Amino acid sequence: MSPTTAPPPMPGRLALFWRSYAENRGAVVGLVLMAALIVISALADVLSLHSPIEQFRQHFLIPPIWQEGGLWDFPLGTDDVGRDMLSRLIHGARLSIIIGFSVASLALITGTTLGLLAAFAGGMVDIFIMRLMDILLVFPSLLLAIVIVAILGPGLFNAMLAVVVVTLPGYTRLARASALAELARDYVTASRSAGAKTFRLMFDTVLPNCAAPLIVQVSLGFAVAILDAAALGFLGLGAQPPTPEWGTMLSGALQFYQRAWWVLALPGFAILFTVLAFNLVGDGLRDALDPKLKR
Amino acid sequence: MTNKAIATACAVALAAFAGSAILSTAQAKTLVYCSEGSPENFNPMLSYTGTSFDAQRPIYNQLTGFEYGGTAVVANLAEKWDVSPDGLTFTFHLRKNVKFHTSKTFKPTRAFNADDVIFSFERQWKKENPFFKVSGGGYDYFTDMDMPKLLKSLDKIDDHTVRFVLNEPNAPFVANLAMDFASIQSKEYADQMLKAGKPELIDQEPIGTGPFEFVQYVKDATIRYKAFAAYFGTKPKVDTLVFSISKDPAVRVAKLKANECQVAFGPRPADLPDLKADKNLTVLAQSGLNIGYIGMNTKKKPFDDVRVRKAMTMVIDQKSILDAVYQGSGQPAKNLIPPTMWSYNDKVPAYKMDIAGAKKLLAEAGYPDGFETDLWAMPVQRPYNPDARRIAELVQADLAKIGVKAKIVSYEWGDYRKRVQAGEHQMAQLGWTGDNGDPDNFFVPLAACSSKNAAQWCDKEFDDLVTKAVKSTNLAERTKLYQQAQEVMNKQSPYFFIAHSLVHLPMRKTVTGYKMSPFGAHRFDATDVK
Amino acid sequence: MLRFLFSRILLIIPTFIGVTFLAFLLIHLVPGDPIEARVGEHGITEERLAELRHEFGYDQPLWKQFIDYEIGVLQGDFGVSVVTREPVLKEFITLFPATIELSLAAILFAMLIGLPLGVIAAVKRGSAFDYGLMGISVTGASMPIFWWGLMMILVFSVSLGITPVSGRISDVFFVEPWSGFMTVDCAWSEDEGACASAWSHLVLPTIVLGTIPLAIIARMTRSSMLEVLNEDYVRTARAKGLSGNRVVIVHALRNALIPVVTVIGLSVSGLLGGAILTETIFSWPGVGHWLVESIARRDYPVLQTGTLLIAVLVILVNLGVDLLYGFLNPRIRR
Repeated sequence: MSPTTAPPPMPGRLALFWRSYAENRGAVVGLVLMAALIVISALADVLSLHSPIEQFRQHFLIPPIWQEGGLWDFPLGTDDVGRDMLSRLIHGARLSIIIGFSVASLALITGTTLGLLAAFAGGMVDIFIMRLMDILLVFPSLLLAIVIVAILGPGLFNAMLAVVVVTLPGYTRLARASALAELARDYVTASRSAGAKTFRLMFDTVLPNCAAPLIVQVSLGFAVAILDAAALGFLGLGAQPPTPEWGTMLSGALQFYQRAWWVLALPGFAILFTVLAFNLVGDGLRDALDPKLKR
Repeated sequence: MTNKAIATACAVALAAFAGSAILSTAQAKTLVYCSEGSPENFNPMLSYTGTSFDAQRPIYNQLTGFEYGGTAVVANLAEKWDVSPDGLTFTFHLRKNVKFHTSKTFKPTRAFNADDVIFSFERQWKKENPFFKVSGGGYDYFTDMDMPKLLKSLDKIDDHTVRFVLNEPNAPFVANLAMDFASIQSKEYADQMLKAGKPELIDQEPIGTGPFEFVQYVKDATIRYKAFAAYFGTKPKVDTLVFSISKDPAVRVAKLKANECQVAFGPRPADLPDLKADKNLTVLAQSGLNIGYIGMNTKKKPFDDVRVRKAMTMVIDQKSILDAVYQGSGQPAKNLIPPTMWSYNDKVPAYKMDIAGAKKLLAEAGYPDGFETDLWAMPVQRPYNPDARRIAELVQADLAKIGVKAKIVSYEWGDYRKRVQAGEHQMAQLGWTGDNGDPDNFFVPLAACSSKNAAQWCDKEFDDLVTKAVKSTNLAERTKLYQQAQEVMNKQSPYFFIAHSLVHLPMRKTVTGYKMSPFGAHRFDATDVK
Repeated sequence: MLRFLFSRILLIIPTFIGVTFLAFLLIHLVPGDPIEARVGEHGITEERLAELRHEFGYDQPLWKQFIDYEIGVLQGDFGVSVVTREPVLKEFITLFPATIELSLAAILFAMLIGLPLGVIAAVKRGSAFDYGLMGISVTGASMPIFWWGLMMILVFSVSLGITPVSGRISDVFFVEPWSGFMTVDCAWSEDEGACASAWSHLVLPTIVLGTIPLAIIARMTRSSMLEVLNEDYVRTARAKGLSGNRVVIVHALRNALIPVVTVIGLSVSGLLGGAILTETIFSWPGVGHWLVESIARRDYPVLQTGTLLIAVLVILVNLGVDLLYGFLNPRIRR
């Protein structure tokens, strides 16, 4: 179990990568947390005792079991309309993983395409795309996300779209910068003179070579997506009840802060741990993939 | 760090310099009221929300007034008034030596007189008045009270007498003049500001004759008033009145408990048990003139069928809603009007849960396996409905028991109301708070054919009854007609009535002399704090 | 240097035009109507609505509204709030010092704690302190601050009763706004205890808003220090026998600070985003709180001008950081 014990022998590059990743203990902890989260979300239906939206009308605001009045039926208590907290948190984990994955991958695909386009096309296209990204960056991201959700209407899908838009500039800039660096290299010039088509060059030759920083950005982007979606949920603009999204659960729970701490504290801890897990993994990946930053 | 050093040094210097001032202000009494929102401006003529009126009320007076904590009309800026036998001419005799407030921009040279009254009404009434368009104009209450149609002329007889002549008799006219929109502004101030080219200042830095002078407003944070030493009525008991604005009820309660404010607006029901248990607090309560309901769109399938509507009333668990959402601050409703109102029909049966019966009704109506519907929840807390989303979640679960799949829908508040009026929904929550205590004020806007009601309901029998009732002057007859109307409504069930909510006002035990208004207004002129 | 400055400023112009356009467009796409939003159940007559829409120019085609707005902005006319009818710029200027005060306090808090911690962690690299600090710092950077703020209120204000719940100063005190900084203006208040109140109100929001910058600064300082400590000149200094502390403070820290300062400057946009949440939680009367309230009120002119002014501010700060960076690091100047 301990990360310091010798890892099983792995072939070549992968083993090397794992060794340098495992050097960062935090990253290993993050990986374990992340794996646990993924298992929990995959098995959400099996693990939860109740449906996350089923209301037990006789059991409003039951405290967790270790507190007086707790019931074994509801290990972490119930919320104000009698829904099982544990089941909601577990399903919230699944939702958060889905949010993180969809937002990060959508932002990655769009951002990378735009960035590569800017790098390859150059000229007006480059200027237009990069200016647009600059403009998006000038607005505080949360403010921009709020305005976008206000336009599209509150809801989980729209909140996710808003987060994609505000995280887009990061991916685009990164993809463009790494593509430009790669383009100046010999092998690109070589394959160009060998007659490679621009499109092929873009995705087959250059993209794989600037993948490392993008991978790091995605793993950190996961964390940002979950955090921002939860913030929007908290402001009542994200997922709508009864969806067990953690931020949304928090916004509804505010009024019970004196009577039922668990309704308020637990979803927050869930957000914190999830974001932490992805940040740790992201840091670990950066250290492992980018030897220059590794210390 | 240096800031603090400078600040402390200055504070010490100031203390030495103005020791006497500190001594006197240390004994000054301050009452802080945790209010729920920002006023739109400081002129009640331009406002239409209780939040704004509450913030403006300390500053102004009207010709007549409401008795503190009651509905009786009493003298105010007018000492007495005469009504002609035909009920068309009202002569008001104005109080003498009433002083206006003083501010940095305005020093009054004369006392209140008839010119101020004429100005205050003509501003709202006559398009040629230079102030008609100032601050955007739009005198909604003035228009709502039918004043433009009602008023024939308004004349100054002498400095302390004015005469209103009406086009037709109107019994509530004197009471209407006690409402906030009929507040009196200073003509002298208006003239000066007009000359200075800043006419809108009279609505932002207000001057009135009221018990408190306006001091400072920080948007979305605080409004500050000080007691007006030359007030003609009973002097306020406190020296400083502060409205501390917090939109979040939880914050207001926390501030009240920490004695950061002494009176707090509308707590969430969830906080009530705790507030009532607190030794330092008292919680005043009053049944509100309101109703919260779910409208079922009678113009849309499947709710065009009365059996479907009846079935809904048999599966929605009213008690759970009251327990979970109102939490003791609501009474279960079965009629449109609250039980405190005259003509309330108590013979109408209360809702009874009957899932088997509901299933049978649905099968009869041709929906043996249920159906899909939308269920609208307003995005904001209303006096009659503390949490529409929670209610929607509860109802959603209830409906699922008979196979009805409800999808919760919400829009931005202004949009929501407009869409419900247009009948875009199938099921929608909405409600009403009464203005004047007459049943007509509930039945006509909420259920008559002339209204765009939340059930899109238009029933000939019901409509005839309420139309007949409003024309009658005989109270017994009106009562009978309204009671019949309630029976018709129960039979047709266009609405599921959720609850009439109680209005709660928690305050520190140190606060004395506060009375709740039946109209939901907050007044602090007689309130003291120990 | 002048050419560098000039080219930077030239680059800003298209960004600025884009920003005004985007702010205008986005906000006009927001559904709902400021007038409809506040009339409640009573509704409003169609004529009155049309009259008001005409007054604010909402009946004009969108392109005309944009041009009118742009001309207004260039002449310094930023519009009038639909709700209060006060000039938006006036409201912004009154509320902005509160945001500055909070943001400055948060940054100072983050620097005063983050810098020394980062330096110590770098010097004691690999120690328990280093691991502990890095653990805490990554946790801090992952913090959902809206929840963090609630927890702080719950613990310190509600349970322990040490700090006030919300606002900038107890409402009992009357403070004449002079600088707009409550912690400064309180000295002119006639009331004793006004300053104590102002400072105690600042504590929790500062900690909450400063948490993420603190985590970032500590990490950044640590890695930047590690890099510099490995550079030749530091090694040389060490080899010459200069004492450890002296090397760290005089030689390494000064150079390590360059990237840290840049990071701080570039975090202004993020800080303002955090201020929106922090001000909302603590009812702090600043521009973040004001903008969130304005969305609920559908007060378009406020939203539009508010976002615009904040964007301009971010542009200017970024420019400042660019210039500072160019000044500190002549190699990138061209």
